[in-house]
Amino acid sequence: MLLLTLFLIFFEIGIVTFGGGYAMIPLIQAKLVGGGFLSLEEITDMIAISEMTPGPFAVNMATFTGMKLGGLPAAAVCTLGVVLPSLLIIMLVATVSSRMQENKTVKAVMHGIHPAVVGLIAAAALSIGKTALFPMGLAAGISLSSLVLALLCLFSIKKCGLNPIVAIVASGVAGIFLFGGV
Amino acid sequence: MDCPKPSLFELFWSTFCIGAVTFGGGYAMIPVLEQTFVSKKGWLSEEEMMDLLAIAEMTPGPIAINASTYVGTKMAGLPGAVSATLGMVMPSFLIIALISGFYLEFKSNPTVAAALLGIRAGVTALVVSAALKLGKKAVRRPADWALCLLAFAAVGFFGLSAILVIVAAGFCGYVLYRKREG
Repeated sequence: MLLLTLFLIFFEIGIVTFGGGYAMIPLIQAKLVGGGFLSLEEITDMIAISEMTPGPFAVNMATFTGMKLGGLPAAAVCTLGVVLPSLLIIMLVATVSSRMQENKTVKAVMHGIHPAVVGLIAAAALSIGKTALFPMGLAAGISLSSLVLALLCLFSIKKCGLNPIVAIVASGVAGIFLFGGV
Repeated sequence: MDCPKPSLFELFWSTFCIGAVTFGGGYAMIPVLEQTFVSKKGWLSEEEMMDLLAIAEMTPGPIAINASTYVGTKMAGLPGAVSATLGMVMPSFLIIALISGFYLEFKSNPTVAAALLGIRAGVTALVVSAALKLGKKAVRRPADWALCLLAFAAVGFFGLSAILVIVAAGFCGYVLYRKREG
């Protein structure tokens, strides 16, 4: 049955993929193209769209695959599949962690982890910044409008307490004026 | 602590708003998560937020889903987990379900592309501000700086996996701090 197969595929993807949605791309290609469900071209388009739409990449891809292969019911099933492992594992961890948080060993471990997480976020800022400020690649030079927009946003957020959700919407609108040839 | 417990709908709606505007994957979501759960609503302390981020990166599945489930569970157990996760998933699901029929036109639409360029700049600013904000709390002593910079270099320049870095950092934390009181 198609729905069950799709559910199991995305459940497996959900369990195995660590570190963010994009890591699932090779597995998606293997399962969906290899399994003959979709062509490589279709997958590539879907990946592009899933990166362009808001929300978690994994959820976008799952919903998209389901829609293409079996409409809304399939989309729901695929999305449920990819989300379920997280739901179950995290519920377990969250329930257990309240008891663990006062433990001295756990506190020591977390004391080491917290600064590292900041480093990881900074690394993410670097890679996102690279695509934002050099949209045509490093060799093509920096996009001044992107740089100015980014700095403006940063200033507004830090000094004026601009709400991040508003910042995202505003930068999207700014993008249309800056890059849309309006 | 006197923080107000959110209703299930509040949980749903808060993650719905986050999911609806966050482009570019889990890290882009961190500033918005921080703003919503810590600064605005006070559901989590900064400390708990950092724990959440560490856990969300170490467990399988999308960071966004892990984070939502974690907050939902902490606030309201199983119903909370389901509400928060549902909220995060809904915008993706609805948007993809809507555009899956005409995604080729969507993909090549210049206005969409322009908006996305702007959004990427905004997201860069957001992630930088998140790193700065969380860093202020978590990166204070020389040991913190060392861990932060090593993590940054490991992922940013050497392309090591985030999980490896977190586990290593946790181990360092254990070695460095296990003897300290509380």
